[in-house]
Amino acid sequence: MTREVREVVFVDGVRTPFGKAGGMYAETRADDLVIRCIRELMRRNPQLPPDRVDEVAIAATTQIGDQGLTIGRTAALLSGLPKTVPGYAIDRMCAGAMTAVTNVAGGIAMGAYDVAIAGGVEHMGRHPMGEGVDPNPRILAEKLVDPSALVMGSTAENLHDRLPGISKERADRYGLNSQLKTAKAYADGKLQPDLVPVALRSAEQGWGLATADEAPRETSMEKLATLKTPFRPHGRVTAGNAAGLNDGATAALLAGEDTARELGLPIAMRMVSYGFVGVEPEVMGFGPIPSTEKALKKAGLTIEDIGLFELNEAFAVQVLAFLDHYGIADDDPRVNPWGGAIAIGHPLASSGVRLMTQLARHFAEHPEVRYGLTAMCVGIGMGGTVIWENPNWDGAAK
Amino acid sequence: MIEHPKEVVTKALVRLVQAGGHKVALITLDNGFDHTKPNSFGPAGLRSLDEAITAAIEAKPAFIALTGKPYIFCVGADITGIPYLTSREQAVELGELGHRVFARLKNSDIPTFAFINGAALGGGLEVALHCHYRTVSGGAAALGLPEVAIGLVPGWGGSQLLPNLIGVPGAAQVILQNPLTQKVLRPKQAVELGVADQLFEPADFLERSLEWAAAVVDGELTVQRPEVDKDMWEGVLFFAKQQLDEKLHGAVPSANKALELLALAKDASFADGTAAETQILADLIMGDESRASLYAFDLVQRRAKRPVGVPDKSLARKVTKVGIVGAGLMASQLALLFARRLQVPVVLTDIDQARVDKGVQYVHDQIDKLVGKRRLDEGTAARLRGLVSGSVDKSVFADADFVIEAVFENLDLKKQIWAELEKIVAPEAILATNTSSLSVTAMAADLEHPERVVGFHFFNPVAVLPLLEIIKGERTDDATLATAFAVGKELKKSSVLVKDAPAFVVNRLLTRVTSEIFKAIDAGTPLDVVNVAMDPLGLPMRPIALLQLVGPAVAYHVGETLHRAFPDRFAESANLKKIVDAGLPVMVDDEINPEVAALVAGGSAPLSADEVRAQALDALAQEIRIMLDEGVVAEAQDIDLCMILGAGYPFHLGGVTPYLDRSGTSERVTGKRFLPQGVASLPA
Repeated sequence: MTREVREVVFVDGVRTPFGKAGGMYAETRADDLVIRCIRELMRRNPQLPPDRVDEVAIAATTQIGDQGLTIGRTAALLSGLPKTVPGYAIDRMCAGAMTAVTNVAGGIAMGAYDVAIAGGVEHMGRHPMGEGVDPNPRILAEKLVDPSALVMGSTAENLHDRLPGISKERADRYGLNSQLKTAKAYADGKLQPDLVPVALRSAEQGWGLATADEAPRETSMEKLATLKTPFRPHGRVTAGNAAGLNDGATAALLAGEDTARELGLPIAMRMVSYGFVGVEPEVMGFGPIPSTEKALKKAGLTIEDIGLFELNEAFAVQVLAFLDHYGIADDDPRVNPWGGAIAIGHPLASSGVRLMTQLARHFAEHPEVRYGLTAMCVGIGMGGTVIWENPNWDGAAK
Repeated sequence: MIEHPKEVVTKALVRLVQAGGHKVALITLDNGFDHTKPNSFGPAGLRSLDEAITAAIEAKPAFIALTGKPYIFCVGADITGIPYLTSREQAVELGELGHRVFARLKNSDIPTFAFINGAALGGGLEVALHCHYRTVSGGAAALGLPEVAIGLVPGWGGSQLLPNLIGVPGAAQVILQNPLTQKVLRPKQAVELGVADQLFEPADFLERSLEWAAAVVDGELTVQRPEVDKDMWEGVLFFAKQQLDEKLHGAVPSANKALELLALAKDASFADGTAAETQILADLIMGDESRASLYAFDLVQRRAKRPVGVPDKSLARKVTKVGIVGAGLMASQLALLFARRLQVPVVLTDIDQARVDKGVQYVHDQIDKLVGKRRLDEGTAARLRGLVSGSVDKSVFADADFVIEAVFENLDLKKQIWAELEKIVAPEAILATNTSSLSVTAMAADLEHPERVVGFHFFNPVAVLPLLEIIKGERTDDATLATAFAVGKELKKSSVLVKDAPAFVVNRLLTRVTSEIFKAIDAGTPLDVVNVAMDPLGLPMRPIALLQLVGPAVAYHVGETLHRAFPDRFAESANLKKIVDAGLPVMVDDEINPEVAALVAGGSAPLSADEVRAQALDALAQEIRIMLDEGVVAEAQDIDLCMILGAGYPFHLGGVTPYLDRSGTSERVTGKRFLPQGVASLPA
């Protein structure tokens, strides 16, 4: 048989408000968070017949308890999708949802799917990082990687060591700026459209409703300077220049461009290319640089072609490493215009789709931009990048 | 101030949330336990709601919404508090407290919403009815106003609000018809009837409800409710009363009072209507019928689940295969029940292949019917079909752990079957008999292992009637008994432990009444007079209809057994014999068959209906006293449970002994009460 590779489009994405571990979602199940996202996606796109969804790929880093049981399948069932709709669980730590998107995109491109849901969830309150892990003793015995490679905060400290140009003060300023951008985005009503309200149960307080992220906070350079450096004495990584421990879920609708047009689904972004690359686990924060190189190369683009960046802010140092590499200013307005994970939060496996959903919003506001990218660093030394094309591009400027 | 010293307080928790750009006061009802202990309103719970409403109003929200804990909205007044109400004033206070607190939601200037996320019964539904708007979750297990069934009326506004919301025909269904037929509303029905305005799926019920409420408050959505037709009001109630009288003969005061309140709801102001509710509720609370009803409710809810005098369940043996001797109608019904509930192989045997095939076919047909009615999915049906098989060779019982016989009522035949089986089955396999009148002890007498024989007496129709009399023979051991009760529980039956005594409990008492009825007939009392004699009790069936249901031949057979055992109390009736011999139906088109009426003859001392009833009740009291003295069951409560679940005796009689106590019959006939004052009656 002959086949043509199809264009893959990002139709729509939503997320729950992100909570702080032990905070507003303390008594809410992880799977219920992702179910809310799937239901909301279907509700926002009523022209999509539910039985046309060909796959539900849901990422979670810790796939046990309420994040276990092949969460893509169970969440699909519990969302009320027809029983004929399959689903699976997927894991690439922080890039879980991003990988869910690229996986189903591959399936769409080769014609296995027409429409798919990809998303992720991490309830770090219920499932702290490293819950139930059992690292192979060879990692230590054969000195395959430094033990610090398994502690993400330590890898960020390692990155500071290797990049002496990135000071704690600079990382703090980046963190503060992220908070300020997010606060402004909230005030301007930019972030709210992506949010799915979630009913919260608390035995003590009764039912509530989550309608905003819990993590963003007011701070200042002075306050940031006083924060502890939990990963090293006199270190540089603090709660102020890193993403916190968060609970949340995301989901996005992807489709073949032809199917999207057939069903009248909106086309928010067109996928151009993607790349995943491994780096030294001890400095996993480097990851987005080679993965971006790879994705650019596959797309035949250069960094100058990219007009908007949604970079996951696991750690300020890791974003700054990326910006320094490409000679982009710390406060470049093309980068994370509405702030990032340092303010909003980073429920590990869910974050990839948040980057995409926000990039899609930026695209709508910026028809002068043709290409944007979403990138993130990944535990055990990886980076992931997806490059997107703006369907609203007016061709007037590059 | 009234108190319920053991109240599990359902707290009303207020939380301010943002929804649709509004500040919302969301009140959650939660007693701190999971759904197995539902929310209810006692005095402290009502006061908590009162405080919550105050806090909600003070926050000046765009709207106030009330919801429940997971799976449960609120199941109504905490009836465990009723025994603590010892004066009418206290009963009035309870009514007024609920009215005062709930009315705040109705009278609020701020829009109020009930988000019925789970079961909403009685006062739980009434508080929702006070709110200006209602949403209901498709996952809510039940909605209803079941008060009439337990001798009360919807006394916290329900009788006035509901008919004016959905019209009097729907209100009569919810307030009268459903409780008296043990029915509740499903969420979809509740919306169709207009009890709730909007149905949402359970997955995001609260989120959607909040969004919907915000849209209503913003005027983006208008809630349409059909206008209530007031012209047909009296007509509907007249018809409802006729139906009630036909069934209950005026014997259930709560039903009559509910009708009065519905009539009042047409024109009375809400204040007058609810004031009447309070007075009527207080009267009923301070009446023996409601106390007997609550006692009966407790028996069915609690005692039925924890039978008295049963050996520890750890002694029970596993049942992995069931054998059924016989493939007739009863046997086939048992096969279906065992297969459905135990989900283990069930094998039927009979004397020839044709009978066996017919029995298995019956089960398969019933399974198909259940699939057709969507009571069973095709997967389960396939599994059940595979579980039920038949054979003419009893060796198929070799690996069965539980074999029940359902063959003709003949002691020698049953003994012969057991003797044959004992050579086939394992020594520990339970041998159960579905006999309704033969001695379990006698049946086991010649066996090598009589300790594994037990009586398992079902009531017809087996799938419907919840009672199972489990009979302990003289030599039945604890492991056998424990297994029998474990099986009974798995079959979802309410089991009562009964000593091996002629006709056990239900049949013995019903036969005693029948015996008195025929004594009166033999004395010359016309059939139509005896037939209405028991009407003032509000029993589910008149005596002649009951005779029709049981079958005159069976009634005569059981009567014979009891006559042989207790000739002084169970008389042989020449007229009953005549009816059996004639083979005529005693009822034709719901009327006494005139041919049968013409058949009965003799007697020169006819009794009045009142005299017949008095004799029957005296006989019942005497028989129950004797049964308790003989130790047929542990306590009077077991008699009542059996009569409620096996004979459909009504709650307002408390089964039967509370009625015999309150009518003075038991003291007059036996010299003492069955139950102390206050147990199923007003406190002394």
